[in-house]
Amino acid sequence: MIHSLIGSIGKKTISGIADVSHASALINETVYWLFVGPFKRKGVRWASSIHQMVLIGYQAIPIVSLISLSVGIIMALQAAYQLRRVGALIYVADLVGISITRELGPLLTAIILAGRSGSAFAAEIGSMKVTEEVDALVAMGLNPVKFLVVPKMLGIMIMLPCLILIADFVGISGGFLIAVGSLNLNFERYLTQTVNALVLTDVLTGLIKGLVFALIIGFVGCHEGFSVDGGAEGVGLRTTRSVVTGIFLIILADCFFTVLFYVFS
Amino acid sequence: MLLYGSFLCVQLGGIGVRIGRSKIVSDPIVQVLELVAQYGDLRVLEGVSFEIPNGSVTVIAGSSGCGKTTLLRHMIGLLKPTAGRILLRGEDIVAMSERELSRIRTRQGVLFQGAGLLNSLTLADNVALPLREHTELRESTIEIMTRMKLELVGLLGFENFLPSQISGGMRKRAGLARAIAMDPEILYFDEPTAGLDPVTSAEIDELILKLKRTFRMTIVAVTHELPSIKNIADWVVMLDQGKVVFFGTLQEILACEDPTVRRFLDRQPGEVVYDSQRYIEAITGTNP
Repeated sequence: MIHSLIGSIGKKTISGIADVSHASALINETVYWLFVGPFKRKGVRWASSIHQMVLIGYQAIPIVSLISLSVGIIMALQAAYQLRRVGALIYVADLVGISITRELGPLLTAIILAGRSGSAFAAEIGSMKVTEEVDALVAMGLNPVKFLVVPKMLGIMIMLPCLILIADFVGISGGFLIAVGSLNLNFERYLTQTVNALVLTDVLTGLIKGLVFALIIGFVGCHEGFSVDGGAEGVGLRTTRSVVTGIFLIILADCFFTVLFYVFS
Repeated sequence: MLLYGSFLCVQLGGIGVRIGRSKIVSDPIVQVLELVAQYGDLRVLEGVSFEIPNGSVTVIAGSSGCGKTTLLRHMIGLLKPTAGRILLRGEDIVAMSERELSRIRTRQGVLFQGAGLLNSLTLADNVALPLREHTELRESTIEIMTRMKLELVGLLGFENFLPSQISGGMRKRAGLARAIAMDPEILYFDEPTAGLDPVTSAEIDELILKLKRTFRMTIVAVTHELPSIKNIADWVVMLDQGKVVFFGTLQEILACEDPTVRRFLDRQPGEVVYDSQRYIEAITGTNP
């Protein structure tokens, strides 16, 4: 019994160490190709990177916009419900503006991309591993990290902040629609109140978070993809893990950043 | 008659000379020396040694699960062995870094069991990929070279098809076109005819022989298909339970009297040794 327990702990520890070692090797290799690649001949596959930007960014605009609009509307209505009691309805603009730019815009966009793109990274690389495509790349003398990971990382690092800006704008517009259409607030007054409430730091904070979230989604998705073994079941398992781990790490990082910004602001 | 290991085999010619347990070939391109490989606690290859003669077709044969594909993956450099060396033209690929291996890999081509074509690329882009990544050739030259390779395997006209739109045999041929895109000096095949009908299998065999004759390539094929072995092999390495049980020419293996080799060649079932004690231990879970 004790032997089996110790054996089980030992096996899990070794597997965990191997997992961390593999993840750090992937990060190391990716960072090398991200920074050194552009200065080397054929170091970055720009066409593939632009293709990834379209898949990750452009095609996610409708869903990101729709969710941000809904969240903006919900935020405005919930805020109005409380603020009306104290006659401070105009502060709906402050609440929606700040919470969307600092928190909800980056967080929701990152969660959408973890589900949409992070899972796609894991499934694509995992399937390629199962069908020997990754082995074929290695056998041809091509680096799979440079070939598969770097275009995805470039795509998500550039497009996630762009999507966050769209989410901020659409989310604030959702609050604005409710304020003007349902709460009978003056258009100009609401706009001025929002502009006064927001400072550049709020938007920048969201963008910095967005960049870190992009790294998390990209690395987790690709790492899980390369860790696939077995067949279709392995791909499904790692795809699920990429979403769960991705969202968990995003919220953990968000918590860390919120505390950090609170302490230093 | 010469003594080979623990059994007798007839040497009917060839360029090899036997010394003790191992056979030394006159012009080896690859030398596998005392290779040991294992997955976790399971030892898959145990002291495997043989040589691949230059310009010949060497078949690595053996029953399923004997370690053929594992051996091939070590020879390509996809896996690192527990012990032993693999020399390619005298350079030890086991000790090489990934960057050094990338350089070596441009001189070798590999056709995987499932062809390993990139499903997101057309056949032409698949074949052109190594040329685009490893050479400074102009796009127009790469297009001509790609069409030449596809024509060689009988796939001219299918340039813009995706791998999912063609049959298994065509995928193998497209994979072969990509494997020879860089005109490698050594070509590896993993089960080239597995899962194919007899006619398509014969076509793939014919392609392998055409490559050997026309381009004087050294070819290493892993297979357990007897008709293919008899059709294409100059030399045969036979594995059984992770060990080399035979290394010699095709004529030698056909005349070999070793029971393991004969069982394989004559398609006879393996001996089942019934041990009641082990059976009871296995089903009751008391077997350590």
